[in-house]
Amino acid sequence: MRDLDITNSDHALQMGLKKTEFERIVQLLQRAPNKLELGIFAAMWSEHCSYKSSRIHLKKLPKSGSTVLVGPGENAGVIDVGDNLAVAFKVESHNHPSFIEPFQGAATGVGGILRDVFTMGARPFATMNLLRFGAKNHFKTRHLLSGVVSGISGYGNCFGVCNVVSDVAFDPSYNGNILVNAFAIGVVPHDKIFLGTAEGVGNPVFYVGAKTGKDGIHGATMASDEFSESKEAARPTVQVGDPFKEKLLLEACLECFSKNILIGIQDMGAAGLTSSSFEMADRGQSGLLLHLDRVPLREKNMTPYEIMLSESQERMLLVVKKGEEQVLIDIFSRWDLDVVEIGSVTDDGMVRLFWHGEEYTALSPEMLTKEAPIYDRFYEAPERAASSAADFHLDNFSYEDLLLKLVRHPDLSNQNWITEQYDRHIGLGTLQHQHQADAALVQIPGSSKAVALQIGCDSRLCGIDPREGVKRILARMVLQIACVGARPIGLSDCLNYGSPEDAVCMWQLVSGIEGLAEAADSFQIPVVSGNVSLYNQTDHKPIDPTPTIALVGLQEKPMQTATLFFKNEGDLIVYVGSFAHQFSGAELLFEGQVKPRYLSNTWDLNRVTSLSQLIVEQVRIGTILAAAHVGKGGLLYTIFKMAHAGKKGAHVQLDISMSEHLTSLFFSEDAFGAVISVPREKLGIIEKAFLNIAAVHVLGTVSSQELSCQLGRKNLLQLPMDIISHHYDSGLCEVVNGRIDS
Amino acid sequence: MTVAIARFLGSNCDRDCLHIFQEILKEICLFVWHDEFELPADVTAVVIPGGFSYGDYLRCGAIAAHRPLMSAVKQFVDQGGPVMGICNGFQILCEAKILPGVLLPNRHGRFVCNLQEISVSQGGVGIFKNYNDNEKIKLPVAHHDGNYYADTATLDCLEKNNQIALRYTSTDEQGHAHVNGSSRGIAGIFGGPKNNVLGLMPHPERRSEHRLGGDDGLRMLRGLVHR
Repeated sequence: MRDLDITNSDHALQMGLKKTEFERIVQLLQRAPNKLELGIFAAMWSEHCSYKSSRIHLKKLPKSGSTVLVGPGENAGVIDVGDNLAVAFKVESHNHPSFIEPFQGAATGVGGILRDVFTMGARPFATMNLLRFGAKNHFKTRHLLSGVVSGISGYGNCFGVCNVVSDVAFDPSYNGNILVNAFAIGVVPHDKIFLGTAEGVGNPVFYVGAKTGKDGIHGATMASDEFSESKEAARPTVQVGDPFKEKLLLEACLECFSKNILIGIQDMGAAGLTSSSFEMADRGQSGLLLHLDRVPLREKNMTPYEIMLSESQERMLLVVKKGEEQVLIDIFSRWDLDVVEIGSVTDDGMVRLFWHGEEYTALSPEMLTKEAPIYDRFYEAPERAASSAADFHLDNFSYEDLLLKLVRHPDLSNQNWITEQYDRHIGLGTLQHQHQADAALVQIPGSSKAVALQIGCDSRLCGIDPREGVKRILARMVLQIACVGARPIGLSDCLNYGSPEDAVCMWQLVSGIEGLAEAADSFQIPVVSGNVSLYNQTDHKPIDPTPTIALVGLQEKPMQTATLFFKNEGDLIVYVGSFAHQFSGAELLFEGQVKPRYLSNTWDLNRVTSLSQLIVEQVRIGTILAAAHVGKGGLLYTIFKMAHAGKKGAHVQLDISMSEHLTSLFFSEDAFGAVISVPREKLGIIEKAFLNIAAVHVLGTVSSQELSCQLGRKNLLQLPMDIISHHYDSGLCEVVNGRIDS
Repeated sequence: MTVAIARFLGSNCDRDCLHIFQEILKEICLFVWHDEFELPADVTAVVIPGGFSYGDYLRCGAIAAHRPLMSAVKQFVDQGGPVMGICNGFQILCEAKILPGVLLPNRHGRFVCNLQEISVSQGGVGIFKNYNDNEKIKLPVAHHDGNYYADTATLDCLEKNNQIALRYTSTDEQGHAHVNGSSRGIAGIFGGPKNNVLGLMPHPERRSEHRLGGDDGLRMLRGLVHR
């Protein structure tokens, strides 16, 4: 079929459009589209580009605030951090390509998010990622893990940006559909923020960067469909990344920004030249005239259809101030990049595509954006089974066995095999990375302030209760950044769910968005960017709901912070926060193969706010030396991690009155709070400060060489740190080396 | 003192080096572009920063070694001018044959970024005048190809001429560094007519401020400009 041939609804179906959507196109055009036009509609109306199933619900998220300079809808959100500087950040998924081709899929995920950030005019200065793989003993897990990690490492390290947090977990629900969510943050002066807009009749439109090839054609459509075994043959739809080219593109673009010669700039990401051109014209309420035969090509005989839908990487579309063309050409030539004028801005409200002088199509951007279908899909909660978590017995295990089992869990064990593959120091801003503090702390280039960064999700909580689950995720992260003395300033979300055409998955999505909206409102954190990734399922088996949250906090005094390490023997180990007497949704339950059906309580987010504010205050005045929230793994695991990081030990001394709740005290994940270490003489300050806000429990003291717990005079647990550390160091390596003793 | 920082396509530690020399050491600093045939006349020291010059395509450092700027650097070396190649800069110096040997992919095949204990072998003289001999310092590494290799005759020659500058302290029974497999634990070597060239895999510029964990690296950067 040739580009100008007229299509029918069967062709539309092949491109992922429904029959009704095809009819809507015919109605809008007043005729049947040709193949080129249909391809453009299919890409722009895909779930990935149009958010057609989630749009009406995303409206519920709080997006504004006095510091928000650019909210959702642009390439990245931008938040004011004072001193005429702002940070631009976003998290985005690259799940489907990474499952098909883990190295390139993950690499181009990093490439895409970096472009989103520097398109705004911001130089990226830190990245994070969240990865989800199948069961640790699933036959694909090892291959996918090593491929994804080396893909991220290969791209980010070469581009030259530090990676400070990687949140990795393994669960059978991702066996057929792994998740790769990448985050990047950059810094930009207020007056140098650029937007993806096409304005000013007669201004030239330039194509810059790498050449266009046939890779990734219809990638956005692929990302909007579920997987089946046969889909793995779709490897040609995965893009290939070149981080070297992207580094050159970054430097060239930043030089252009500083010379003030650009009107607008847009990354050719998902749906390539199609989305960039139509979105720029739409935002500028203008039109564009593009000569597709001028696009630099990697291979011969590419058709306009392929050129418009290619997702080749490292390309940008620029609208340049008329008269400044030569300045632009000189900059890009110096950086050894293609730079070609392919068209100009018009005012007739149409994007016109020419091929060797002949107009192939003229479409109004509005048809593709504002007229895109919006669905209010049916959703319904599943029937809730009556079984509870309370029937789970731990009697067969000693506390020692349980702790060793926990630290050896691949999600909770030493992650160095992964994180040492990422450059964590380039840029000279990394004050703390994820193994040194409860959140990463990275100095903002050109400023004395730092951002606190954390990314995470707990899909098990969300699988049990998609609404309460996401609230707890955000609450924990607020506590995490409080532990380094920072307050939240904004977040980006990446909502990974199954098919929106499935009522339960859709309910999970809607509940997740509503939970996030409630929590973000309560903490007054604007949601400034993000994306939605649906159809994460294989052969009708959806993933557990995974709303990834990337939280950004501001630390005005980055030297007044707390680390993860216990510092001095004899310091007091103190827990501040709520206590759980129940036991639902904890890691141990899943290790025991018991799936609880509900979460035992609802967190009071106002109390989390007060607690986190107090932690920030006490961290900044130096009372708190070490701090970590109690999250996945529970209290005992947290104490171990802090002792391990500081090459110390810990002695926990409990009062007899605690005897009834020992298991939940040690292992429950139902409470919110933090473990802190304080010099003995400063306990009074802490007790006074937290009075009426949170319980303060002195748990014991920092010791050396062993972890021990006593209830009254009874020994509950006594283990040399060496032994626990050995298990802690082994967990992930067993997955990597393929040695799993089930 | 004027420090020239080489800029190849794909260099990515150039700005970090500029920051330390300019803001911490208060030296005059300038970037030199890869297609220059000559260094500016007032240059008194040259730094070839880390990165992935030319995407590490072909071999790490191989393409950069053949850029015009490297012939100017070669000339500067021959005149006894002080030159430091960090990470990719070390690889470039080896590929340009200014330093002997080659940097192979890490023995475990992965990129590695962590803090290493390193012994300063020629402390007290030249670029290392600010260290004690055999002083143990900590420097971060971040590389995929840091496995220093040369034939036995060359290694013996390096030992004999006091050209082994830095060694990882953690080595296996054959003397290979655990971190990457380097022969005889080598982390950096001297070269040039007066041992005026230092190539090293660790990043001294990343350990040059207290806010970043220490200043073990700063003393060698200072030693480069004030020998």
